[in-house]
Amino acid sequence: MTIDHEGVAPAAPPRTEGLVARARGSLQQLLAFGSLIVIIVVFSVWSPYFFTASNLVGILMAATVVGILALGTTFVIIAGGIDLSIGTGMILCGVMTGVFLTYWGWPLWLGVLCGILFGGLIGVINGLNIAFLKIPPFIATLGMMLISAGLSLVISGTKPIYFPDTPGFENLMNWSVIPGARFPLGVVIFLVLVVVAAIILAKTIIGRYAFSIGSNEAATELSGVRVRKWKVTIYGMAGLFVGIAGVLSASRLSSAQPVGGMGLELEAIAAVVIGGTSLQGGRGSIIGTVVGALIVAVLTNGLRVTEVPQEWQSVVVGLVILVAVYFDMLRRRGA
Amino acid sequence: MTHTDEGRRVPPTAPLLRIVGASKSFPGVRALDDVHMELLAGEVLALVGENGAGKSTLMKLLSGVYQPDSGDFFLGGEPFSPSNPRHAMELGISIIHQELNLMPDLTVAQNIFIGREPRKGLWLSERALLAKTRDLISRLGLPLNPSTLVGDLTVAGQQMVEIAKALSYNARVLIMDEPTAALNEAEVATLFDLIRRFVTPTTGVIYISHRMHELPVISDRVTVLRDGKYVDTLLTPEAKPARLIPLMVGRVIDADQRPSGAAPQSDPALEVDGLSTRHLLRDVSFTVNKGEVLGFAGLMGAGRTELARAIVGADKRESGVIKVHGRVASIANPADAARYGVGYLSEDRKRFGVVLGRSVRDNIVLASLREYVNKLGFMREQDISRDAKASVKALSIRTPGINQLVQNLSGGNQQKVVVAKWLVRDCDVLIFDEPTRGIDIGAKDEIYALLHQLAAQGKAIVMISSELPEVLRMSHRIAVMCEGRITAVLANEEATQENIMEYATRFSAEGLVRA
Repeated sequence: MTIDHEGVAPAAPPRTEGLVARARGSLQQLLAFGSLIVIIVVFSVWSPYFFTASNLVGILMAATVVGILALGTTFVIIAGGIDLSIGTGMILCGVMTGVFLTYWGWPLWLGVLCGILFGGLIGVINGLNIAFLKIPPFIATLGMMLISAGLSLVISGTKPIYFPDTPGFENLMNWSVIPGARFPLGVVIFLVLVVVAAIILAKTIIGRYAFSIGSNEAATELSGVRVRKWKVTIYGMAGLFVGIAGVLSASRLSSAQPVGGMGLELEAIAAVVIGGTSLQGGRGSIIGTVVGALIVAVLTNGLRVTEVPQEWQSVVVGLVILVAVYFDMLRRRGA
Repeated sequence: MTHTDEGRRVPPTAPLLRIVGASKSFPGVRALDDVHMELLAGEVLALVGENGAGKSTLMKLLSGVYQPDSGDFFLGGEPFSPSNPRHAMELGISIIHQELNLMPDLTVAQNIFIGREPRKGLWLSERALLAKTRDLISRLGLPLNPSTLVGDLTVAGQQMVEIAKALSYNARVLIMDEPTAALNEAEVATLFDLIRRFVTPTTGVIYISHRMHELPVISDRVTVLRDGKYVDTLLTPEAKPARLIPLMVGRVIDADQRPSGAAPQSDPALEVDGLSTRHLLRDVSFTVNKGEVLGFAGLMGAGRTELARAIVGADKRESGVIKVHGRVASIANPADAARYGVGYLSEDRKRFGVVLGRSVRDNIVLASLREYVNKLGFMREQDISRDAKASVKALSIRTPGINQLVQNLSGGNQQKVVVAKWLVRDCDVLIFDEPTRGIDIGAKDEIYALLHQLAAQGKAIVMISSELPEVLRMSHRIAVMCEGRITAVLANEEATQENIMEYATRFSAEGLVRA
């Protein structure tokens, strides 16, 4: 066949330059950040109690635990997975910390470290179930969610565990880093973890493979990346965040409460999604997740401060999720 | 431009890759049976065969996705047994798969060096990555930006990324599985240029293709596989379709047959007048008559699929009137279109045509379920089965039974299931978008026969196809599109591949043409 190739344009060049693509990628974050500012302004005008130092610190405290859970979950969701076990897993980590410190009398540092590592263990088991047994992430972590909830009750005998032998324990969350004022250490830990997570996501091989696996798992595997190993790593790392959240949440209450935690995973996932991370995997950011967590915390707090009945709070958060995801879809369709 | 062998490389001689007695079985299938073949250093070896001939299995053995049951590979004289795709690439064999293996959310640079990122421990060195990538793409002369997201590239651009990735491993053997399936002519030319530059006296290419007309342009020799067995290897100049196709299918197909007799005139089934869409289509008008096959030719992006989608209401129309059997039809969505008897058969069968995980029976009645509900709201299962069986028989769909899952059928038979679906829905205007894409040659013939049969029954057929021989063979008249407009309508006897391509690449002097 004789087709004239001359005079035909060469193969289409890249449609967009890198810069444009990057700007487009951060639009959702800008949108989320803008919404956060708007919400803060609205509540500040609405209620004189909202924009006060103590209330803002309260918001950060509230955002800390869910925010830390959301940081780890961001990696999991970017890698195309989901983790439903983080809420009750966090409770179990708190209970285990109580076991180490109070029942077994370990020193503070060791008990806390092992409490955190226990979260990592839960994550690694999730990862193994998903990567090697090929159980879908939703089911694997749903199972782990119920197991964790049950084990917390079994191990603690359904009673809270207090920390009478390690008086320093409650300082982890509550000790104020600014003498005189109330700026709790827990919030500082959260901010440090934000930076750590952002660096891991952007600058390390773990982050790169999370994006890659979430974007196209089969292709990543064919390129010689040991996808299963990295999945276990990613779930394990998310588990470490769960462990930290568990320790801080127990510290905040000065006791390991064996009940509850269910629903926190959904709050964390909501924060991640509001922050523009795609549930299909492949796209997302830590800063988006932080903004998402703050939006949820500010909304919850603001609605309380402005005396909107509590029943309405989750209605509003639900609407925010729908709106955020809808705008994300619009943007992607338009792109 | 013709494709003479002037300036071709040094004649290939020494074997670069030898395959000795390779066999591989899967439960119930002997996918590869004692295959012996050779790729010479410095050549492009075309590998042809129907679907199921064993090409893909062979490639998966060479890339280490599967391990052979028996047989040996030798690369440059050394035994070669890759344990996984990465290993194969490191040993010097890279494969570009039919489905591109890229991460759309990663950049060009990140994709090319995935799994081999420059790093210290866990830390990535983005700067080194960019430098390596820039170096590579400038060496290959590719118009790529290392920081572009791969999802933002065209298919051709993505393929360039795949090629850059394959060559970054310093591949000695490059295997390409139907690389031109989604490319337009200009992109194909660029691809061939890349292949020619890759081939040196120490490297070789195995080129798998369904497109016979590409072989003389790009290959030196042609190896034929059939039913998992090696059949023959010909020098390309001897490998005329008339000689190759019988080797592939074991019977003779007349590839140059054209429709006989003029198209029935003056009984319009579908009339489109002044159709425009917001983005692409401009004032498109044409008529297709009962019993006629109207072919639509054009390059990728000319707007043929968009036209079909706009007609059936899958996409919004800005303006334009559609008449079915002379009456104005108000079609706002595909359900309306079906009510008027207009069925669209998508080019992407697996996404838009069939429900893979359901049975043949369920798929056939899918568009007509409402017809099979009795007064109590239950499905009339016996009627469904009866009609499904009748369709299977009428279209000779090869399936063990109507309860077989569609995913277990070959591409050609899946296509027939889609046709059956629209026939059961009483559609008499059928718009086929690339009806033989991904269908092997023997089955293509059956699809062609089916189209002719439908036309003979008085159906009006619109056939969009990127394969010119197919358009010429099937269509009574041929509409050529370019940049959202119809640039020519040719009667079959005045159409040639050359003049079609001419209209497909530029506007005709008369401007817009009415079909």
